[in-house]
Amino acid sequence: MADQIGYSQKVMEHFMNPHNVGVIENPDGYGKVGNPVCGDLMEIFIRVRENVIEDIRFRTFGCGSAIATSSMVTDLAKGKTLEEAMKITRDDVATELEGLPPRKMHCSNLAADALHAAIQDYRDKQKKG
Amino acid sequence: MEERIYLDHAAAMPVHPGVLRFGRQFPDGFAGNPSTIYHEGLVAQEAVLRAREKVAGLVGASAPASIIFTSGATESNNIAVRGTALRNAKKGKRIVASAIEHISVLNPAKDLQKSGFSLTLAPVDRYGTVDLDALGAAVTPETVVTSVHYANNEIGTVQPIREVAEIVHDRGGLLHVDATDAAGRIPVDVERDGIDLASLSGNQLGGPSGVGALYIRPGVRVQPVLVGGGQERGLRPGTENVFSIACMGEAARLAGEELPGESRRLRAIRDSLIAGVTEIEEAYLTGHPTERLPHHASFRFSRIEGESIQLAMDMLGIAVATGSACTSRTLEASHVLLAIGLAHDEAHGSMVATLGRANSPDEVPRIVRAVEETVKRLRAITPL
Repeated sequence: MADQIGYSQKVMEHFMNPHNVGVIENPDGYGKVGNPVCGDLMEIFIRVRENVIEDIRFRTFGCGSAIATSSMVTDLAKGKTLEEAMKITRDDVATELEGLPPRKMHCSNLAADALHAAIQDYRDKQKKG
Repeated sequence: MEERIYLDHAAAMPVHPGVLRFGRQFPDGFAGNPSTIYHEGLVAQEAVLRAREKVAGLVGASAPASIIFTSGATESNNIAVRGTALRNAKKGKRIVASAIEHISVLNPAKDLQKSGFSLTLAPVDRYGTVDLDALGAAVTPETVVTSVHYANNEIGTVQPIREVAEIVHDRGGLLHVDATDAAGRIPVDVERDGIDLASLSGNQLGGPSGVGALYIRPGVRVQPVLVGGGQERGLRPGTENVFSIACMGEAARLAGEELPGESRRLRAIRDSLIAGVTEIEEAYLTGHPTERLPHHASFRFSRIEGESIQLAMDMLGIAVATGSACTSRTLEASHVLLAIGLAHDEAHGSMVATLGRANSPDEVPRIVRAVEETVKRLRAITPL
C-alpha cells in the first residue's frame, strides 16, 4: 500500500456517497472524537436492540479519509453485536477501504474510536440503569 | 465527461506553447558544456547568456550578470537567505522575515538559528500585508538580511515592496524578495523597487520545472551554499542545466511580453470568480481584496475541511488547492492562514484557485456551481 497513488476507489466511493449520514434522535449511545482544531471531528449515534447495533449514523468534519472511514465503520458495525463491534479496529477499517495513505492512518483511527466511544456510552447508560 | 478545469497554477504551470516551440528549435544531438571553448561549448554559453538577458529583462535588472541560474526558487531562497547571512555576518547576526514567507525562506532562516543568528518574524495584518511599523521595529542595524516576498502564493496578497525596501535600506540591511509568484504576473522591477536579491522560478513563468534564478544586485556579497566548480559566479556550481535555462529565459521573455494583456484578462476572470464564490453562505475571500495577484482567488468556508473540498472538486473535474493541514506533509495548519488571524478550525476550510493561460471567463459559472455543490455536500455531513 505504501506505493499507492492517491486514495483507493473504495475510499472515493464512500467519500462521494457516504453511508449512514445523519443523526439519531435520543440515541442509545453517542460517541464524539477529534477536535476541529486538529481538522477532524466525528460523532457516531447508535440504536441498540437486544445487544445488536440496529441503526447507526455519523457526522464528520474532516478530510476525505475521515469521511470515508466514518462511512465504512458504520457499515461494518451495523447489525453486529456490541462485542463484535468493539473488536472493529482501525486496521479493519483501512483494509475494508482497500488501504489508506500512511499519513492518513490517524483518521481511520478516529472512526473506530468514535464507534467504541458510542458503545461505551451505551454501556455506561445501561449501568446507571 | 466534461473537460477538466485546472485552477492550481501556483502549484505547477503548464509549459507555455511558445517555450515548447523554442525548445524544439534545439537541433538533434545538441550538446555542449558552457565551460568549454570549442564550438559546441560556445553555443551552450550563448544559450545561457541569452537566457540571462531575458530573465534580467523581465525583472528590470540592467546587468544580465546579476542573474544566476539555480535548480528552482527553493534553491534561490536558500542561497539568498543562508548565503547572504553567512557572508555578511560581520555586520550582525539578525535575520528578519515576514511571518508568511514560503517555507523555503523560513526553514533556512530557522536553520541559521543553530549558527547563532536570531530570526524575527514580522507580523502581517488580516489581509496578509506586512505590518510596516512592526517591520521597522524588527529590522535593526544588526539585521543582515530581511526577506519579504513580493506576493503570497496562498492568499495572493501583494506586498508594498518599495516601502519595505526603504525601511530595510534605512537601517543599512539587504532586502531579499521571493518574487516566485509575482514575476510575470505583475510588473517586478528590482531597480525601481529597491530589491537586493530576488528569487524566481522557471516553472512559474511558464518554463520547465527544475530551474530557477536568483537576482543579486551587483556589489552584494553572497557565500556559496553548494561548493564545487566555479559556475554561476561560484554560487551555483555544477554544469549548467543549459536546455532548461534556455527555456526559462524564453518563458521570461514571453511572460513579460504577455503580462499587460494576460494580467488584465485574468483579473477579470478572477473578479467574477470571487464575486460568484463569495455569494455562497459563510464563504469568505482570504488575502487582500484589491492588492492581490491578478490570477489569484482564495477563500475559506466555515464548518468544512479543505482536503475534502479539494477531493470533491476533483470529482467534478476541477483542480484546486487548499491550505488544509490534511494535505500538508507535516499535517500542520497553514502558517499563512494562522498569521492573518484565522483560528485553526477556520484555517482548515481553505480553497485556492490560481488561473492561467488556458482558463476562460466561460468556465466561471461551472466553477461556481461546483463550489456550491461541494460546500452543500460537505455541510450536510458536518457536525459543526
